[in-house]
Amino acid sequence: MILSRESRQGLTLISPPFLYAILMLAAPMVMVVTFSFWTQNYLDLDRTPTFANYREAWTGEIFRVLMLRSLMISFFVTTVTVLLAFPIAYFLSFHVKRQKALWLFLITIPFWTSYLLRIFLWKVILGYNGVLNSALMGLGLIDEPLDFILYNVPAVIITLAHAWAPFAILPIFVALERIDRSLLEAAEDLGDGPVRRFLRVTLPLAMPGVLASTLIVFIPTVGDFVTPRLVGGPDGVMIANLIQVYFSKANNAPLATALAVSSMLIVASISLVIFLIGRKIGGRTQ
Amino acid sequence: MNIGRFFSRNWLTGYAVVYMLVLYLPVVLLPLFAFNASTIIAFPLTGFTFEWFGVLFETNALHSAVQNSLVIAVITSILSTLLGTLGARAMVRYRFPLKRGIVSLIMVPLILPEIIVGVSLLVLLMQIGISLSIWTVIAGHVLICVPFSVAILSSAFQGLDPSLEEASMDLGETRFGTFRRVIMPLILPGIISSLLITFTISLDEFIIAFFLTGTDVTLPVYIWGQMRFPTKLPSVMALGTILLVLSVFLLVLGEVFRRRSASRQGQDASATGGLM
Amino acid sequence: MTQNAIIEIEGVSKAFGAVTALNGVDATIREGEFFSLLGPSGCGKTTLLRLIAGFDEPTDGTVVIAGQSMAGIPANKRPTNMVFQSYAIFPHLSVADNVGYGLKRKQMSREEINRAVTDALAMVDLAGYGNRAAHELSGGQRQRVALARALVMKPKVVLLDEPLSALDKKLREQMQVELRQLQQQIGITFILVTHDQEEALIMSDRIAVLFEGEIAQLDTPEVLYRRPVSKRVASFIGVMNFLPATITAKAKGALAVDIPSLGKVSLAAGHAPEGLDPASVSTIGVRPEMLTILFDDAEKAECETTGEVTATSYCGDMTYYSVLLPKADEAVTISMRNTAGRSIVPAGTKVRVGWGVESVVLFD
Repeated sequence: MILSRESRQGLTLISPPFLYAILMLAAPMVMVVTFSFWTQNYLDLDRTPTFANYREAWTGEIFRVLMLRSLMISFFVTTVTVLLAFPIAYFLSFHVKRQKALWLFLITIPFWTSYLLRIFLWKVILGYNGVLNSALMGLGLIDEPLDFILYNVPAVIITLAHAWAPFAILPIFVALERIDRSLLEAAEDLGDGPVRRFLRVTLPLAMPGVLASTLIVFIPTVGDFVTPRLVGGPDGVMIANLIQVYFSKANNAPLATALAVSSMLIVASISLVIFLIGRKIGGRTQ
Repeated sequence: MNIGRFFSRNWLTGYAVVYMLVLYLPVVLLPLFAFNASTIIAFPLTGFTFEWFGVLFETNALHSAVQNSLVIAVITSILSTLLGTLGARAMVRYRFPLKRGIVSLIMVPLILPEIIVGVSLLVLLMQIGISLSIWTVIAGHVLICVPFSVAILSSAFQGLDPSLEEASMDLGETRFGTFRRVIMPLILPGIISSLLITFTISLDEFIIAFFLTGTDVTLPVYIWGQMRFPTKLPSVMALGTILLVLSVFLLVLGEVFRRRSASRQGQDASATGGLM
Repeated sequence: MTQNAIIEIEGVSKAFGAVTALNGVDATIREGEFFSLLGPSGCGKTTLLRLIAGFDEPTDGTVVIAGQSMAGIPANKRPTNMVFQSYAIFPHLSVADNVGYGLKRKQMSREEINRAVTDALAMVDLAGYGNRAAHELSGGQRQRVALARALVMKPKVVLLDEPLSALDKKLREQMQVELRQLQQQIGITFILVTHDQEEALIMSDRIAVLFEGEIAQLDTPEVLYRRPVSKRVASFIGVMNFLPATITAKAKGALAVDIPSLGKVSLAAGHAPEGLDPASVSTIGVRPEMLTILFDDAEKAECETTGEVTATSYCGDMTYYSVLLPKADEAVTISMRNTAGRSIVPAGTKVRVGWGVESVVLFD
């Protein structure tokens, strides 16, 4: 195929980052998939292709339990984060007039502080002698510190929802900003009250942003392993912790990669479903 | 009318203030415990001290971790900004076959769980037989930083009127001269902003570094190791406070440059330019 | 004005993928003239300008500037300079640095550059604006800076890509006159791209009218207006009334034309546009101002017919009448100057319409 001058220049320019992504992302991914069909014999790798790892992963109860729990936690986190983020994005887009950039900047700052320490600090907030218990006791609402708020699934959800807040706000904000304000006036002019106008114009037009937020929060949170380790306790362990354990302590990389590939496939198919549903609802507005 | 009321200005302002307070809750605690005299990270606070900052200066393992992290962050920011500049320019100014696919592959680390990036790079390195070092961490960090750099710089390139380049060529300037005299000065703020943000991301990144770090640990990996020892926690808080101040400083600097870039190009400093 | 060719465009075609933007364009632009490329959007006029500037290469054909073929010569090596539609003022440079941008590459001392910049700014009435920042300028001032930046390079040809389209009407009209005067003063060839026929008529020595990548007619403003070669050119430049007609006889340099609505007339043979076969004439055109409503019984015209006013629109200095002529399906437009004492005739009035043989244009 003969390429135009523009195509050649564009391809030349983009080839360094593209080759880097091939080398450091696509190639390793292919490797991971290959690896998952091999087996570990103590210190040696058996390179005969086999489904043994997948059989072990899918028949073992632990994978199923942790995967389901990870998905459930991610669903909760995503729902909570997106629902709480929408009013903020709406507020920024429609009610903040001059200080938009400042507000957005303030929203992103906590996200730029050390990831590990942010999670650790939630442990401090939710802990036995933590901020929450101290505050509740100080107010006289409880006599003894509550011990059921840390080291469990809700603690993981709270911590993750906090960590991903800015990622949920920004795409919704951008979608709302793009809405031509005269459309809202037109809706009003045609007889819609604030609620109907919101439901019939604003919300459908903001759907692409909501969809982006949902995916941006959902996909990475399934794979988080620091938060469950620090605040999850034994009942809050997620799939990434299992992968990490097989990788390092159990020294069974092939099984770890089979778990990783399996969970990636599951997350990818769920994301696709979310994307298609979202497109069906808000697709016409694109 | 209830939803309508909720979305009215006053209610939303109140909601936003509460939301921001919760968002800042952990961040506010950091300096609080860094200056707290007690070795236990819990309330009530017992007194004011600089002790934990002093401890930091005497810990050699920390110093080498800081050094490793700085080296990694500097190299990562330079490499990813270079790659990001090329990618952003191609994305904004050129049409070419398979553009969507190529751009998606470059941008996908933005939403990929970091554990996947870490694990897959580790598997590849193990197979090739490359031992882990600061360079393997850099390789992983560049991968996740390039999308940020592309995002920041494509907004810089988007603000660049194509006829400015044509005007320069028309006035007798060469391609290279046009880059030096017109393009570079106009996107320089974007480049600086990209350097600062990718530096901050690399400095802070834990999961990939955790998988790819060798004997030379990075700062977050070092902090992770310290978290198991309760007595070390106050100094970790002190360290976190220093990092927080540093990050905020760099980000403010980056934001200032980004806005200057926008105003130089005579456009309104759009609020989301950098991250979207 | 000398008659030497400065630019020769020979069989130039340009395709973008499957889309043909220009199709075998031939034109000669003379030294020192103000030349306009006029046409609706998408007709290829900007493409032609960019081919001359060197931003694009023609798919076929050659562009010759000052006797030298431009094939393979990039924009930065061509003796042309452009005033961009967006003006493309470098936002990070002062007005003086913008104007002096191209001189930096020439072997000139700092003093020489400063003098040239000062002179160029004075030429466009911006003396003393050198230290201003680009964003402090108004639209009209930006346009002047862009012009000064091109002129200071002493190009053989200045290319202007719709330079006035961003200005408001008053300022645009003022700039049209100024630009034309400046061009006549300095004597450099200007090529203007515009979609505004009035602008082209006011400013140009000659105009090329482009439709769908081809030149439909290339001539002086007066000829374009009075003797358009096709119905399409006629209605693109001003308003033209069309009426059915047939040639009934052709003898000794004269054409006998039967125009049912107006009457039978005899035209000189030279009246038909070049290349038009008299046998194929089926339509005549006449401009609204060439038809006159005869208000007064005493008023006389070269030829006369009658009609009925069907609508009027009053425009201050002018009134436009729709008049249904005998045997016509559609009303013609007649424009009348609202001189003192002349009243507006209401719809339904029967009127006498006067016209002149000379104003009739023949079309196929």
